Amino acid sequence: MGHTKHNPIVRALFNDDDIVLSAVKDLRANGFHVSEVYSPFPIHGLDEAMGLKRTRLSTAAFFYGLTGLFFASWLTYYTMIMDWPQNIGGKPNSMWFLNMPSFVPVMFELTVFFAAHLMCWSYFAVNGLYPGAKAQNPDPRTTDDHFLMEVELEGDEDALNKKLKDLGALEISKIEA
Amino acid sequence: MHYESPVRNPLILGDKSYSDITNDIAKPVESKAPRAWWIAFSIAFVMFLWGVGNILYTIGTGIGVWGLNKTVDWAWDITNFVWWVGIGHAGTLISAVLLLFRQKWRMAINRSAEAMTIFSVIQAGLFPLIHMGRIWMAYWVMPIPNQFGSLWVNFNSPLLWDVFAISTYLTVSTVFWYVGLIPDFAMIRDRAINPVQKHIYKLLSFGWGGKAKHWQRFEEVSLVLAGLATPLVLSVHTIVSFDFATSVIPGWHTTIFPPYFVAGAIFSGFAMVQTLLLIVRKIFKMEDYINIEHIEMMNIVIMVTGSIVGVAYITELFVAWYSGVEYEQYAFLNRATGPYWWAYWSMMTCNVFSPQFMWSKKLRTNLVFTFVISIVVNIGMWFERFVIIVTSIHRDYLPSSWSMFSPTFVDIGIYIGTIGFFFVLFLLYARTFPVIAQAELKTILKSSGENFKKHHDEHGAH
Repeated sequence: MGHTKHNPIVRALFNDDDIVLSAVKDLRANGFHVSEVYSPFPIHGLDEAMGLKRTRLSTAAFFYGLTGLFFASWLTYYTMIMDWPQNIGGKPNSMWFLNMPSFVPVMFELTVFFAAHLMCWSYFAVNGLYPGAKAQNPDPRTTDDHFLMEVELEGDEDALNKKLKDLGALEISKIEA
Repeated sequence: MHYESPVRNPLILGDKSYSDITNDIAKPVESKAPRAWWIAFSIAFVMFLWGVGNILYTIGTGIGVWGLNKTVDWAWDITNFVWWVGIGHAGTLISAVLLLFRQKWRMAINRSAEAMTIFSVIQAGLFPLIHMGRIWMAYWVMPIPNQFGSLWVNFNSPLLWDVFAISTYLTVSTVFWYVGLIPDFAMIRDRAINPVQKHIYKLLSFGWGGKAKHWQRFEEVSLVLAGLATPLVLSVHTIVSFDFATSVIPGWHTTIFPPYFVAGAIFSGFAMVQTLLLIVRKIFKMEDYINIEHIEMMNIVIMVTGSIVGVAYITELFVAWYSGVEYEQYAFLNRATGPYWWAYWSMMTCNVFSPQFMWSKKLRTNLVFTFVISIVVNIGMWFERFVIIVTSIHRDYLPSSWSMFSPTFVDIGIYIGTIGFFFVLFLLYARTFPVIAQAELKTILKSSGENFKKHHDEHGAH
């Protein structure tokens, strides 16, 4: 992300998660830029090894939840206090705050509702996931038991190929940008 | 880095590789349905149709076709509603609470348990809808502007809290389930040969490609959803219990209801998970993934929550006596020794007595015994709700209006219909969805797979 220049990409296929993880660390230490890894399952520590930033989805979820809480507070205030106050079991209806204990369940549920749903929509949006989208992985084996790494090619191609072979790559191919 | 103590038993049996997991879990989706599946599906479908007929009869004629009378004006409908909601709770507990506690054994069972949650909450939701009588007015439970009448919905009412709780629970469970399903649908998409199948799974998998950043977000979203679903699941059955606890009926008006209902919900839900998974692992040959270890863990949960429920029953009796309120005392005396004594003692036997067998390691690792107990527990939990609801109201303050409840064929038919509908959904799911969260399972293969653990024990940790 954020790279404006278009270098060719070298793709290397691996068959073990530990090998991929150490390969990413090795390549990064040697100044290569690992732009993507496609894997069949989450590899613990891979995001750090690739230098990915922490995701902000959980922070977003907090604010989505807050939105839900405010919405529920407004809704209960508007319907029960402002628009049509009624005497229900003698519960105080002059001020929202006094009637609030009755509204706690709904406030809680709407907090969760907003946080969960809006976070999932955000997750789909930032990942580009939608019904019928084209498969993002270039090699179908990466949802089974293979791992595909993409490295930006800067400089000597043969040196990179040799490096990848030494690190345990099974197949290497080059994609022109 | 993939080391796990040898004290812990392996969770994935046999000499499995990542690819073996893929093949084993894709197999039921890609192969023809076994004969047992067709038999089960046909039975469930007939039950479902019978239920549809009875529901249409109820809607067309009115709820007078049920066995309700002036005194017992709430019976099987709410019993079935609470029973189904309760069953749903185990799914969320397994996928959310056990995720927060980092219990690896959840990974083989969470997908099916969540499916069970969603399908049973659908059954539960049917009952309030049917009981409305005029189901086409169902949208009146939503807080909509009041040109439809002159009033807003009442936010002081636990019945409205229930609307919010159940709908939040159903939709949040569904997205939680679906977020986890996407990578597994992508796995099936990438190996599908049949073009129709490939197209369907392409639609379902949303284009998932397993990029590093996406997995990072996936794990974060799963964690936050688990954190949201945990208080949510507790709130749902708490609010269901408020339907009774906020009333002034002796036998319902008790502060112990929320924790007692939640424990009961987990208890019955785990029993239903056992029933379903014992069948699934057998029919689809998943014994290597859902093994004795998983079944034993679930039996321990059943034993613990069953005992909590037992303590709650006894506490209720004690508090009724200690309160000094004679109506409260009579409500409980009548439950245990009145005309519904058989329901009360069935409940006690099934829910408090039967799970105590699980203290024996031999019994809790016996599959046939586990299956029998899982059915017994679900019968017991149905009786629990029936006892709470019907015995508390069938003898009210006015002895001249005391009565009994007997269900009509319509009451029974709708209940049977929901069981059929549940199994129709579950059986369709089991044939078309990856029944085990294979992407998650692959992450624990190297630490909890039998072959890898053996290798560690022989060669030491690296």
